[in-house]
Amino acid sequence: MLGYTITQWLFGILSFLAIMFALMVVFTRNPVNSVLYLVLTFFCIAGHYLVLNAQFLAVVHIVVYAGAIMVLFLFVIMLMNLNEDTEPQKTLISKIIAGCIGGVLLVVLVGSLKGAEQLQLHQSGASQIGLVKNLGKVLFGEFLFPFEIASVLLLAAMVGAIMLGKKEIK
Amino acid sequence: MINTIPINYYIMLSTILFIIGAVGVMARRNAIIVFMCIELMLNAVNLLLVAFSTLHNDANGQVFVFFIMAVAAAEVAVGLAILSMIYRNIKSIDIDLLSKLKH
Repeated sequence: MLGYTITQWLFGILSFLAIMFALMVVFTRNPVNSVLYLVLTFFCIAGHYLVLNAQFLAVVHIVVYAGAIMVLFLFVIMLMNLNEDTEPQKTLISKIIAGCIGGVLLVVLVGSLKGAEQLQLHQSGASQIGLVKNLGKVLFGEFLFPFEIASVLLLAAMVGAIMLGKKEIK
Repeated sequence: MINTIPINYYIMLSTILFIIGAVGVMARRNAIIVFMCIELMLNAVNLLLVAFSTLHNDANGQVFVFFIMAVAAAEVAVGLAILSMIYRNIKSIDIDLLSKLKH
């Protein structure tokens, strides 16, 4: 099809959708819609992981981000009863300034990365590094200590969230 | 079957997603939306890590993404707890009101 392979088509479509949904996250006024667009963005990024042969990460990404983190966001937004009417808006001038800073940042980053070496991504179908077996070997071999530290971090976060979330007993 | 996509395309895509997140942080006043834009920026970085991991055929990048996800989950849990506590105290999560850190 027009000289492009299926992978390149997939990359183009997923990139376009991801960028569109990401823009919608920023520009939608209703916070609930914002969360839903962010979930769609995460699905597009999971699709990118699949294109990149990182199957395990794609599944974990959907489970952790779209499944857990976004539900938490949605839960808090609905708990606070936020909607379009209560949404605080910045003044137009500060929005324009934010857009300008973003544009300048984009130009700087693109300009600095333009001279990078032109490397082609060789994705043979035989690439096995994204599978659970290989990732598990690396994770529980080379990265065993950071893995244990991460468990302590999650425990600390859980205790902290509970401490912050409970009502103060007077 | 070998499909090739230049790594520069992934660099561009990640850069654009990161910039959108950064603009969102600067342009919105709702603290929860700001949080979501930070998640978007983290995901842009994750995507680039996975792309380079595939480029070099090295699993370390993907393990790193795994750790970033764990840290992001912890960050969101604590951050949302702080936000709900702030909402309980001052009935708003407008970051411009929070800039003085008092009520």
